[in-house]
Amino acid sequence: MKLRRPAGLCLAFAIGFAVTTPAWSEPAEPGPTLAGVLDKGYVQCGVSQGLPGFSNPDAAGEWTGIDVDLCRAIAAAIFADVTAVRFTPLSAKERFTALQSREIDVLSRNTTWTLDRDTSLGVNFAGVNYYDGQGLMVRKDIGVTDALELNGVTLCTNTGTTTELNVADFFRSNNLDYKVLAFEKADEVVAAYNANRCDVYTTDVSGLAAQRLKLTDPDAHVILDTTISKEPLGPAVRQGDDQWLDIVRWTLNVMVAAEELGVTSANVQEMTASTNPQIKRLLGTEGAFGEALGLSNAWALNVIAAVGNYGESFERNLGKDTPLGLARGQNALYRDGGLQYAIPVR
Amino acid sequence: MAGSQPPAQTGAQTGPQTGAVPRPALINDARVRAIVYQALTLAVVVWLGAEIWTNAVSNLERANIASGFGFLDTTAGFGIVQTLVPYTEESTYAQAFLVGLLNTLLVAVVGIVLATVLGFLVGIGSLSRNWLIRQICIVYVETMRNIPLLLHIFFWYFAVLRSVPGPRDSLEFLGSIFVNNRGVYFPRPVAEEGFGLVVMAVAVGIAISVGLARWAKQRRERTGQPFPVACASFGLCVGVPLVLFASIGQPLTFDYPVLQGFNFRGGLVMIPEFLSLLLALSIYSAAFIAENVRSGILAVNKGQTEAAYALGLQPGQTMRLVIIPQALRVIIPPLTSQYLNLTKNSSLAVAIAYPDLVSVFAGTVLNQTGQAVEILFLTMAVYLTLSLLTSLVMNWYNKKFALAER
Repeated sequence: MKLRRPAGLCLAFAIGFAVTTPAWSEPAEPGPTLAGVLDKGYVQCGVSQGLPGFSNPDAAGEWTGIDVDLCRAIAAAIFADVTAVRFTPLSAKERFTALQSREIDVLSRNTTWTLDRDTSLGVNFAGVNYYDGQGLMVRKDIGVTDALELNGVTLCTNTGTTTELNVADFFRSNNLDYKVLAFEKADEVVAAYNANRCDVYTTDVSGLAAQRLKLTDPDAHVILDTTISKEPLGPAVRQGDDQWLDIVRWTLNVMVAAEELGVTSANVQEMTASTNPQIKRLLGTEGAFGEALGLSNAWALNVIAAVGNYGESFERNLGKDTPLGLARGQNALYRDGGLQYAIPVR
Repeated sequence: MAGSQPPAQTGAQTGPQTGAVPRPALINDARVRAIVYQALTLAVVVWLGAEIWTNAVSNLERANIASGFGFLDTTAGFGIVQTLVPYTEESTYAQAFLVGLLNTLLVAVVGIVLATVLGFLVGIGSLSRNWLIRQICIVYVETMRNIPLLLHIFFWYFAVLRSVPGPRDSLEFLGSIFVNNRGVYFPRPVAEEGFGLVVMAVAVGIAISVGLARWAKQRRERTGQPFPVACASFGLCVGVPLVLFASIGQPLTFDYPVLQGFNFRGGLVMIPEFLSLLLALSIYSAAFIAENVRSGILAVNKGQTEAAYALGLQPGQTMRLVIIPQALRVIIPPLTSQYLNLTKNSSLAVAIAYPDLVSVFAGTVLNQTGQAVEILFLTMAVYLTLSLLTSLVMNWYNKKFALAER
């Protein structure tokens, strides 16, 4: 039970301080993020406060999830050490402020890439690690199969996300009546939906699959087929440090490239002997791509050895054998009909 | 030491015109020192404020974060569950701000009224001669004020929400009031042609009642004769308009809530978020107000009660006419603090999705614009203004009741 108002105040002070202190002592230019990271010896990574499959502490207190894997991959790329990372759990509301105020180095927190966020918040998105869409979950017993039947419903969702806007757009454009309740924390949304305060729980489909596990009787609820928005989720960094943006972008990209080339955490060491020029460039046995990023040439090798390729990370955190049981769908490789497409390493 | 003191003292007493003793150095002059210290402090505060402001502005610019209040004219694009003024998704952020502000004011004002009534009842009750009433009131105070407010809110929200049925099995009262976990639905009165007359009659009734009360007070002070102002006012403000209402053919219809699909349509609705926040705030604050009232009553000398009884006043009259007016002098200043607390505590609404200022403006709007500095500044300014206004009103009221010191 954390009090919210003090949290808000802290936020205000954090902004005040974070925003003011750098110029206080008039430093010439804040050093590039990479220099700061190398200096302190770890990557500070902003994650969610607990979203299974994306970023969630497991029974042993270790952070797991596809977003967490990306943080570890960045640490592996820089330090060749997956443990050189620290996590900051952030609410949807705090996340951009934490990034802007240099509290974290990278925000890897199921965050939707939008034009407005890319421009007015002073952040840059480095890519998309999960293609999502906003979905609607209802109780099976109300007998709804199509989203267009949802006239006059009450929806529960999180505040501080794009979901409120998507709901407004969808229901208005279909001339449906609706009421929306926006809670600050995901747990309160679950509690309110569980208490039958609302007919519909809406958030990203992956989030619905994860939150459904927290309901009293997960099987009594169904996620409708309709998705009402596009939610490309990806990591974000501060504007103005292109080198750091490149490191995050290419770390994500080599994980997808490794899957395309069939390089996995299991076979990566054997693959260093491969004669395939694409694999040679990826694993740093040919060319100096790591150095161009300000890292070692074995950076991608370290990433794959430590966290595996994109497909491995997906299956481990979200796939069929996890409680979430999500299909690859849009997140399959382009050649399998999905949207994940690695930009060439050359 | 002792020998050098007396001349200095004479010098100070006789003033500079004696000339024999040198004037104390400027640095030792208490008045000059005070002014210098205050000026220095003021300068530091102003410099600090200016520095913070310019730093924030320049850093926001450097970090490529949008700043300024231009965002207020942008379309909000999201819906709000309870709006007291017309608001749609096409309204601007400024209108969303107004909606949030009014929702905060609504829960604060109704909460203050409820908490005051409940607090006075419990406060007086805890001094009752009836053992049972006294114990109930004491237990109420000790339980309620020692549980954190956030838990009160969650209790009323989740406990009550779970105990009421869904829309399709609504509890029904008088055939037209429905209670379910989407809210409490009332028929909404719709004024027809001629209803304006009734409203005017009520207004006239109130005006006459005010005059009547003034006249009755003067007469009582002159002659000692009481006048039944309450009954007369009731007749004027309610009775006459009612008769008028009936005689011109009841120009008022009701828009009844009807179950349609997932929920009731039409009518007036009080959402559970509002009800639980209101209950939590009033019940919690009432416990503190009850203690203020108790201390105020105990502060009135027992002799006052005895004197009133000696004059033949009934216990009720004694309380109303003798004790409470004197107790109010002690009660009002701490009561002001409770009102301020209640207003500020209403921002905990964000926990249960009641669309108050913090939830709508410092929540959703902040997230969509990302302009944390401006939005938190505006929000803080609103709470500061509300608190100062409440203090102003209460201080004015306090002056009215304060002991006239002659």
